[in-house]
Amino acid sequence: MSAAEFWLLFVLLLDATLRVSTPLMLAAMAGLFSERSGVVDISLEGKMLGAAFAAGATAYATGSPWLGLAVAIAVSCFMGGLHAFATVTHRGDQMISGLAANMLAAGLTVTLGIAWFQQGGDTPPLPAEARFSPLNFPELAFLADIPLLGPYLAPVYTELLSGHNLLVYVALAAVPLTAWVLMRTRFGMRLRAVGEAPSAADTAGISVAAMRYQAQLIAGLLCGVAGCYLAIAHSANFVPHMTAGKGFIALAAMIFGKWRPKQAMYACLLFGFFEALAARLQGVEIAYIGQLPSNLITALPYILTVILLAGFIGKATAPAAIGTPYVKGR
Amino acid sequence: MMKVFGVFARAGAPKMPYWAQVTVIPLLNIFVALALAGCVVLLLGENPFKAMAVMLQGAFVYPGGLGFTLYYTTNLIFTGLCVAMAFHAMQFNIGGEGQAIIGGLGVALFLLFVGDSLPLIICLPLAVLAAAAAGGAWAFIPGYLYAKRGSHIVITTIMFNFIAAAVLQYLLVNVLIAPGQMSPQSVKFAERTHLPQIHELLALVGIETESTPLNISLFLALAAAVGFWFLIWRTSWGYALRTVGQSERAAVYAGIDPARMTVQAMAISGALAGMVGVNALMGDAHRILLGFATGYGFAGIGVALMGRNHPLGIVLAAALFGILTQGGSELNFEFRNITRDLVIVIQGLIILMVGALSLMLDPPVARLIALVSRRKEET
Repeated sequence: MSAAEFWLLFVLLLDATLRVSTPLMLAAMAGLFSERSGVVDISLEGKMLGAAFAAGATAYATGSPWLGLAVAIAVSCFMGGLHAFATVTHRGDQMISGLAANMLAAGLTVTLGIAWFQQGGDTPPLPAEARFSPLNFPELAFLADIPLLGPYLAPVYTELLSGHNLLVYVALAAVPLTAWVLMRTRFGMRLRAVGEAPSAADTAGISVAAMRYQAQLIAGLLCGVAGCYLAIAHSANFVPHMTAGKGFIALAAMIFGKWRPKQAMYACLLFGFFEALAARLQGVEIAYIGQLPSNLITALPYILTVILLAGFIGKATAPAAIGTPYVKGR
Repeated sequence: MMKVFGVFARAGAPKMPYWAQVTVIPLLNIFVALALAGCVVLLLGENPFKAMAVMLQGAFVYPGGLGFTLYYTTNLIFTGLCVAMAFHAMQFNIGGEGQAIIGGLGVALFLLFVGDSLPLIICLPLAVLAAAAAGGAWAFIPGYLYAKRGSHIVITTIMFNFIAAAVLQYLLVNVLIAPGQMSPQSVKFAERTHLPQIHELLALVGIETESTPLNISLFLALAAAVGFWFLIWRTSWGYALRTVGQSERAAVYAGIDPARMTVQAMAISGALAGMVGVNALMGDAHRILLGFATGYGFAGIGVALMGRNHPLGIVLAAALFGILTQGGSELNFEFRNITRDLVIVIQGLIILMVGALSLMLDPPVARLIALVSRRKEET
């Protein structure tokens, strides 16, 4: 195998990494907004699943990916609002509320899917115009002609940078945007204050409840995009349980990134790389090693997160007020 | 610290009497959850009362229905007790499913590789112990990491669910798969190690019943519930654990090591979940296969919440969830539009109502009860 061929394989692996990391990045940013405001969100999974079903069903019924996206966001925001209603307004346990949301999404999507479409829970496959299709950047033929570097640069441009659907670029933009909103704006500062020291924020005249509701709605928005990506951009229809733990990988990535946007993005890309690698290596014999167990590679994100949480890779500190409902006047 | 029990006294609202906490509130929550589920059924264009009737018939009346109901109940008692044990230490063990998987692996590995060479009288108790030890170890690690390294138990146990599933899949596909078998499942355990099923026992005394997976693990589950009650409310260990759950500072003042208690409670919690492996594998499947524990860890959370962490409540709640599970599987046959997935919706709604929104219905009900009882006093 020549060096250029090997490079192409590697670029294709990175390309796959980006595709599988997209929903992770969106959901991890959603988790950041929620958790930085002091509300644990294990329902990233359920929000994405609900959104994916909404997107698949709406895009099929209307033929418009944009309406699919809009309804996906609406469903996911509704679930975020329910989480806030239970945990902020009624001070319910955040874990249990999130768990209930996940179960409701898992049950309802299949129930409604079977009843409406009679295909075992799948939504019908979509034609290309009802999906978000790849955006191809203008061809840059001269790249391949550059001496020496040409064969290396060209695949980076055509395979890795160009040819993704819009939502992939949205996910990539969501990271700096999240970082800017959380770290550089008044809104973000208030949101973090509510997550670290709610009573101090309350004293300063910031409504803890309002901030946490807004955080849940933003989380809903981002999970809505992530779910929509899964159903009508990455695939051509909704399939039952298609999130398959991605919400929890995103949660793990957010923790692995120590509740910081940029680091969380790197963690998502790392975990996405594992997934792409596991898919790539399935059934492939490697010299001296034999077959790598792809099941165990897919478990790597979880194992790494456990090790990180135990403080063996630096220290991950959660927002101080996380998990506790705020009671005014204590 | 998480308030998993809910705080009942909200400013302005009268305190809820205990009898109402354990009767009115759970029943009201079930009613609301079932009513919401009924709305879903209406949305699907079917009659909710007919669906309910089908579920009840499926759970009790249809041949073998009751056996399946009690079989599911057995699993749910184990995972309900698992979650409740952790709740008593003020910890949330969301990893019951992973612990059940590893418990099942424990019992399966023991029966496949060691048990056959031992006399039955030693083999059976050791197999049960293997399930408990494996499940317990899988919960011990998150407990230990919490106590010694400060890792959050909820997050660690979630991660451990996925790791357990990956380990099971890996072992089944690559190591334990029976020769010539396409689907990932092991060879059968030796015939003599199968737990007696209830229909076999009934046949011995001349009563012929449908063949169901219900086996003597049900009695093990009931014994575990009694043991749970004794351990928590009748031993000094249980007293110490409840002290830690109520107030860590008071516990430290009383000379109790909260970290130690938490780790021990988590290990027992995992051991209880591991018993699902005994019921599902030794009692029913007689081999290890994928998905034998699916959903029981999460359902156990609903059972523990519903049962208010008391063994009696847990057994009753497990029976309710067992009825839902078995009744739900009948829905597939009777309706074109409704499947057993509706049960997941109902379980989710119950968990939402009993767990997350537990404080929503409490104050108005407490006020109503206070009002009624005051009226009674006045007249």
